[in-house]
Amino acid sequence: MLYFIEQFLNGVQLGMLLFLLAAGLTLIFGIMDLVNLAHGSLYMLGAYFAATFAAFTGSFVLGAALALAATFVCGVALEIIAIRPLYGRNHLDHVLGTFGLLLFFNELVRLIWGPAGMTLSLPGEMLTAVQILPHVYYPAYRLVIIAATLVVAALLYIVVMRTRLGMLIRAGASNREMVGALGVNIKLLYTLVFGLGAALAGFAGLMQAPILTVQIGMGENILILAFVVIIIGGIGSIRGAFVAAIIVGLIDTVGRAFLPDLLRAALSTNAALTLAPALSSMLIYMLMAGILVFRPEGLFPAASR
Amino acid sequence: MSEPFRLNPRNAVIAGLLVFLALLPLYTALSGNSFVMTLFTRVLILAMAAVSLNLIMGYGGMVSFGHAVYLGLGGYAVGILAKEGFGSGLLQWPAAIAVSALFALVVGALSLRTRGVYFIMITLAFAQMVYYVAIGLDRYGGDDGLTIYKRSRFGIVDLNNRTLFYYLCFALLLASIYLVSRVVNSRFGLAIQGARSNERRMRAIGFAVFRYRLVCFVIAGALCGLAGALLANHTNFISPAMMFWTRSGDLMVMVVLGGLATPFGPLIGTVTYLLLEEALSRVTEYPGLILGPTLLLVAIYLHGGIHSLLQRRTS
Amino acid sequence: MIRPLIAGTAALALLAASGMAASAQQKTVKIGFISTFSGPAAAIGNDMRNSFELGLDHLNRKIGGLPVEVIYEDDEIKPEVGVQKTQKLIESDHVDFIVGYIWSNVILAALKPLTDSKTMTVVTNAGASQLAGELCSPYVFSTSWQNDQTPAAVGRYMNDKGVKTAFLIGPNYAAGKDMLAGVQTTFKGRIVGQELTRWPDQLDFSAELSKARSLNPDAIFAFYPGGAGVQFVTQYAQSGLKGQIPLYTAFTIDELSLPRLKDLAIGIPGAQEWVNDLPNDTNKKFVADYKAKYKTSPSFYGAQTYDAVNLIDSAVKAVNGDLANKDGMRKEMEKADFKSVRGGFRFGNNHIPIQNFYLQDAVKTADGNYALKTVSLIVKDDQDRFHDKCPMK
Repeated sequence: MLYFIEQFLNGVQLGMLLFLLAAGLTLIFGIMDLVNLAHGSLYMLGAYFAATFAAFTGSFVLGAALALAATFVCGVALEIIAIRPLYGRNHLDHVLGTFGLLLFFNELVRLIWGPAGMTLSLPGEMLTAVQILPHVYYPAYRLVIIAATLVVAALLYIVVMRTRLGMLIRAGASNREMVGALGVNIKLLYTLVFGLGAALAGFAGLMQAPILTVQIGMGENILILAFVVIIIGGIGSIRGAFVAAIIVGLIDTVGRAFLPDLLRAALSTNAALTLAPALSSMLIYMLMAGILVFRPEGLFPAASR
Repeated sequence: MSEPFRLNPRNAVIAGLLVFLALLPLYTALSGNSFVMTLFTRVLILAMAAVSLNLIMGYGGMVSFGHAVYLGLGGYAVGILAKEGFGSGLLQWPAAIAVSALFALVVGALSLRTRGVYFIMITLAFAQMVYYVAIGLDRYGGDDGLTIYKRSRFGIVDLNNRTLFYYLCFALLLASIYLVSRVVNSRFGLAIQGARSNERRMRAIGFAVFRYRLVCFVIAGALCGLAGALLANHTNFISPAMMFWTRSGDLMVMVVLGGLATPFGPLIGTVTYLLLEEALSRVTEYPGLILGPTLLLVAIYLHGGIHSLLQRRTS
Repeated sequence: MIRPLIAGTAALALLAASGMAASAQQKTVKIGFISTFSGPAAAIGNDMRNSFELGLDHLNRKIGGLPVEVIYEDDEIKPEVGVQKTQKLIESDHVDFIVGYIWSNVILAALKPLTDSKTMTVVTNAGASQLAGELCSPYVFSTSWQNDQTPAAVGRYMNDKGVKTAFLIGPNYAAGKDMLAGVQTTFKGRIVGQELTRWPDQLDFSAELSKARSLNPDAIFAFYPGGAGVQFVTQYAQSGLKGQIPLYTAFTIDELSLPRLKDLAIGIPGAQEWVNDLPNDTNKKFVADYKAKYKTSPSFYGAQTYDAVNLIDSAVKAVNGDLANKDGMRKEMEKADFKSVRGGFRFGNNHIPIQNFYLQDAVKTADGNYALKTVSLIVKDDQDRFHDKCPMK
């Protein structure tokens, strides 16, 4: 039971990370109708910036703040230079163009920071496990990730549901043409949303950096998971992304934690050892395919799409 | 192909390319550099996969982000049979085609109910599932892949003869280009293309769009499965990486780069993309710095791919 | 817009040119070098390339008295790319030797073209068990080890420390499976759990570490090469397990990961056949010159690659530069008659070294840096357990 609680927290923590990535992705997707494969690159940039600035300033928090700002600026610049011409084109052009950006950023990072990757060290007090329940210990930093993401999710909810910007975002997600027709500065809105998505991805990257270390291509595998999340949640829906992220995080973790033992009961040790990680990776894709077969627009389809 | 042949720049490039491909083994024989032929055998096989993807993605408007899975299925059909001692190509190749067609049937039946990005992602999901199944196959190498020690046997025809194998791939590529152009210009194909631009109208006229699309999807899968069988024979090696999502992405890039819904676009795209990669990795240590922006520029400015670029020069 | 076409034409011209070059061959030693030069693992590939270049410098850029040309190729950690690059080196560049290979799955995939073409090959890291056993080849040599040997040495050390129960973890590919099997050949205690994780893309080990905590073994054994090692050790420290369950490693803490792990690596033992402070003259020169030239410390990947230069040099010398005399070169190489940075070793019948393994530990040096140092000899003249399966005698 106690072991289960620990694994549950692991799943939630992975879900939180996925949510940060998926939230930006689903906003960009829902509002600009843009398939952005370069979203993972912004996650990578966030992590590299954080590692660089933290080393420069000597403070984790200061480094993180600077990295967040830098990723936002990068996102805005990227949108203006490269993304704008892609709006209104078909998804294939998006895939081709942003796939090119992904290649470009990987090489750029290698050129600037070298191939070896970097480390973002945690302050010493974060390097322990804390007791959260009798006999249940959990890494302190992972608890920080969960808490910080919940705060961000709450802020995002307030922005989207309670502010004028949020109103435009919601309107944009359900009817893009109408928002433009009402005289809203669509260009600026798009740039801001893209920058916001970039900052969220950068935040995910910098929060994860002390755990996963910082390396080239770190955004690619997690990007596909984030896509799975927004598809399950329904494109354009922040709420859907949140629910789906936690579901995906839990399923992935629970699969990794319990499948090997289940399989070992049925198969020889060697076959089970090889099969278990493969099967547990498959679970989330089975989940996505299953959901799409029965709900072709995800769990929380945006209103009129 | 339906239009009469005219000597314009586009047709000249295509004809030049075909002549070049046909004469390539001659160059190899003269220069002694057999790697060029190894490289181009690979180009031909991947071009065949791109041709099959073009059928559904270009003509049918079904953007599959998991097409590389059929390369893997075809390859594994050959590899698994070879490992279990069934070396005959007359068994291996039909098995590769059948497995791929069957898988396409199941995937198509389930995913053709979704639209747009949901379709892109569900095809990706099915491909990833097979990818992970292959990783889990301990007996067939798991993640490390499987070396195929003997190429498929076809009686006295020896596929180890590289020139012969090259021409076999070339012939099969031309055959699949012909097949696809026959399919799309038939009444069936015109219905598929009609459904791409306006599905509701086609349905209103009385076409069973879903079933038509499904058939199209199965043909593309089977064709790509055959390409997978060729690829396994070519590299003597199969691994799950053959069907990783980035490989599907590569196939999409090849088709779009060459020109969607054009008979020779996929071939042009494949040749360009693979040679560009090869050339850039020779001149710079950071090929992505050039390749990446090139793809972006193609996406932004070169609507319709290289094929249309050549066409524009005509008019 | 026309750029792709121009580049395509350029590529054809390039291919043609390389064909010409091959036909007009001069008397040089051509060496193909396959390693990883992209992605995070490029750090390993660069270390190997640096060491190889340093080795050539030490021989005045001559192999057996002949000028040398090295062609570096990147395998991207992908078996199928490794095969293609191997084919290219053999068929297009017509190399005399192929050196390198970090990853067991890459060398296994590339083995067929290598042995089919009888290319003289020196594997400088990958130690797949098949290579030592049924797939051994007269033309393939290793300057590293068979995968089992290092973890087996760790297993012996765990016995010495009185470890009774252990949890094993490693990545799900050829070497990972070999490593986990390797510990079990010598470790006498009970294995309470073992996990293979997705490779190379799984980077979060929280579920596995939680499992280890709940099983509460005496020790954890881990094998995570390259960047994954940094991740595993970092997360192990963050989970608070460091004080509770000691970690034993193989190929996880090295000179490449140490500058990133810093204090986190201290007190975590590992085994290795070479450590930078081994007290022989060849090694002292190698390490000192490497540090002077590249401003960083060489790793065992580099040391093994440096040995390859001298092994090849001895072979070309023995046949007086007659590179067609492969049997002559093979016979000379089997003697391992050169000065190794690990103080000498001999080859088994399967062309895998029979050598010592040392216990190494990460320490903080006087100048505030971090370094690996030899603690003790774990096993002397160790031979892999697959050599019986190799048909060569």
